Amino acid sequence: MTQPAKPDLVTVNIDGKEIAVPKGTNVIEAARLVNVDVPHYCYHPKLAVVGNCRMCLIEMGMPAVDPATKTPVMDPATGKQKINWIPRPQIGCGTTVSPGLHVKTTSPMVKDAREGVMEFLLINHPLDCPICDQAGECKLQEQATGYGRGYSRFIEQKNVKPKRTQLGPRVTLDDERCVLCSRCIRFSRDVAGADVLGFVDRGSYSTLTCHPDKKLDHNYSLNTVDICPVGALTSTDFRFKMRVWFLKQTNTICTESSVGVNSVAWSREGTLYRITPRRNDEVNDTWMADSGRVLYKQVQSAERLASTASLDTLVAQAAEVFKAAAGSIAVVGSGRSSVEEQFLTKKLAAALQASVSLVSRTAQGDKLLISADRNPNVRGALVTGLITTLPSAQLTALAADIDAGKVKAVVSLGEDLAAAGLSAAQLAKVAIVYLGTHANATSAAAKVLIPTVTVFEKAGTFVNQQFRIQKFIQAIPPQAGAHNDLAVLAKLTTAAGAPAPAAEVGTLWPSIAAEVPVLANVLFKTLPESGVLLDAADWKSLPFVEGETLHYKPTAAAAAVASPQ
Amino acid sequence: MAVIQVERKPLSLLERTYIPQIVGGLRTTLRHFFKPNVTLQYPEQRPEISKNYRGVPTLVMDPNGREKCVSCQLCEFVCPPKAIRITPGEIAADSPNAHVEKAPQAFDIDMLRCIYCGLCQEVCPEEAIWLQNQFSMSGYTRAEMVNNKAKLYELGGTLPDPHLKWDHKKAAAEHGNGH
Repeated sequence: MTQPAKPDLVTVNIDGKEIAVPKGTNVIEAARLVNVDVPHYCYHPKLAVVGNCRMCLIEMGMPAVDPATKTPVMDPATGKQKINWIPRPQIGCGTTVSPGLHVKTTSPMVKDAREGVMEFLLINHPLDCPICDQAGECKLQEQATGYGRGYSRFIEQKNVKPKRTQLGPRVTLDDERCVLCSRCIRFSRDVAGADVLGFVDRGSYSTLTCHPDKKLDHNYSLNTVDICPVGALTSTDFRFKMRVWFLKQTNTICTESSVGVNSVAWSREGTLYRITPRRNDEVNDTWMADSGRVLYKQVQSAERLASTASLDTLVAQAAEVFKAAAGSIAVVGSGRSSVEEQFLTKKLAAALQASVSLVSRTAQGDKLLISADRNPNVRGALVTGLITTLPSAQLTALAADIDAGKVKAVVSLGEDLAAAGLSAAQLAKVAIVYLGTHANATSAAAKVLIPTVTVFEKAGTFVNQQFRIQKFIQAIPPQAGAHNDLAVLAKLTTAAGAPAPAAEVGTLWPSIAAEVPVLANVLFKTLPESGVLLDAADWKSLPFVEGETLHYKPTAAAAAVASPQ
Repeated sequence: MAVIQVERKPLSLLERTYIPQIVGGLRTTLRHFFKPNVTLQYPEQRPEISKNYRGVPTLVMDPNGREKCVSCQLCEFVCPPKAIRITPGEIAADSPNAHVEKAPQAFDIDMLRCIYCGLCQEVCPEEAIWLQNQFSMSGYTRAEMVNNKAKLYELGGTLPDPHLKWDHKKAAAEHGNGH
């Protein structure tokens, strides 16, 4: 058998350390592999290299070769091949590694070069860090600590540029802070596909602005805020809300669609302030849609459900419903529940001898990071065996069963039955046990209402469209009067007469791994941050609704559904 | 452990009368009787406080009445007993200070927590928080011991500092420097 093709490796020497890196790597990335930081502004691993900030200057050289004989020239002092150092610094981002390349990142010339670049970058900088939202995560602040002069030799008057410019509905621009790295321009043009930003004027008057009659209003505009190395582009929503050094970062997964964008929830003392993307080269690179970043607002929404009754009281009420309607109960699970909750939902349905249905939620995908399936975890329901076929948007079978009197009670896990096609009369006909976070028609009609928590208030896992299982961690404590879904489901399962399952993610996972064959080798605590790809062979023939997105190509069966010709 | 018995010297006749001691005491009393008064009628009279005394932390205005604090929250960060709590906010666009952009919506210092260390004053990039000469704080409830923004400005008053960096910035913007 042939070996899997290895990427061509190139050996380079960085600050005296030899390292083999894949061909095509640039010096910044190669240096990162030996834990050497090369400061940079314009370079971004997921964007085109332009090399215009000049911050990543390094000293480089190649092993000397006699031009006439093509034999290596040896240095008699060291006994090694002589290195011909280039007398001027080179940019690290635009220099691709070549065999034998030698790089110095700490030489006096490099230090001088960096200090010179920093001085020029800071000449017209307004130095308004006290009112700048970037303070604390600003590359200019960081590099000024290392390479700044500490005082300014510039005695002329600083340039004045537009401040507080609204580039779009979600992005505020302060041109005086801009270092003209053009990351935002390249992102908008190359990744988001909306070429709306550009520089006008020349020299130190260069100013970032929107093209006339255009706005930075595409759904990925806030990524320009993330990649802005300074405080020029800031989020209007997060503007002056909180300093970043107070915020606790928790890894979470975006619930907007089945892409499963890796993100970070920033919170302080139980309040969420913002959501930003987290790099995962297999899922979302370093990007995230704007629409997913506002989902943290659902935590403190006025529609949030809460109850003063204890969980045991609520479960006792639900148990009465179960008893009264024994044998004619339906469970409506959710593609928004975590894998663990779906596993317990299956246990609950088995204990109640109930039929299980899911509600699908679809909309147009944007071919980038929002897929057509707006449930984050439909595949989790398939993996745990909660469902075997893909769900539909309308609960027609359940509606027919209610009309026929076959179903007398419905347990809904956060699904609005009215939105899923059940009429008010049908809702009134059955006793509803509703586990949910926000008020809707179903919660209003529910006989037993058990408030549960949002994704930020619990831990768990989602299986995304690639069948990649990814975990999210609890960022903030639950709101008062809301109960963790797993605890509720475990108690309901016990009330339904089954043996009590574990009610916490950590203790539940061994039984999930034991009972679900695909998840046999997965444990929550050992699940890597980048997720684990599951074996999707069993579900290959299902006609999933997702079209192509970043790092995802639909299977043949799904593609056939998407384009019926 | 050895015990050393100390022989007590017997008092002389004059000492036994106590008269020289009484006279000596009266002399000290009389001397202070004609010296200038050193007692202050506290709290009506207050002592003069050194300029670098670290009293109650206060917020100050600049000579034009602009609140100097821009709610950068560095004092909140540096405060060892976590006595400071700031809610940042944006200055309204129609305010004459709109160019400063940021000001505290709320600024609370819990004086039951404050240890008068002066780190907040040291860290402040805007020279807005000062530990001044106020040294006594009292109250009947815990809530009374929390100085809110209005109280802090009332205690702080105006700092006669001619620096006015934000006014220079505004003037430069109106002048349109360099462009």
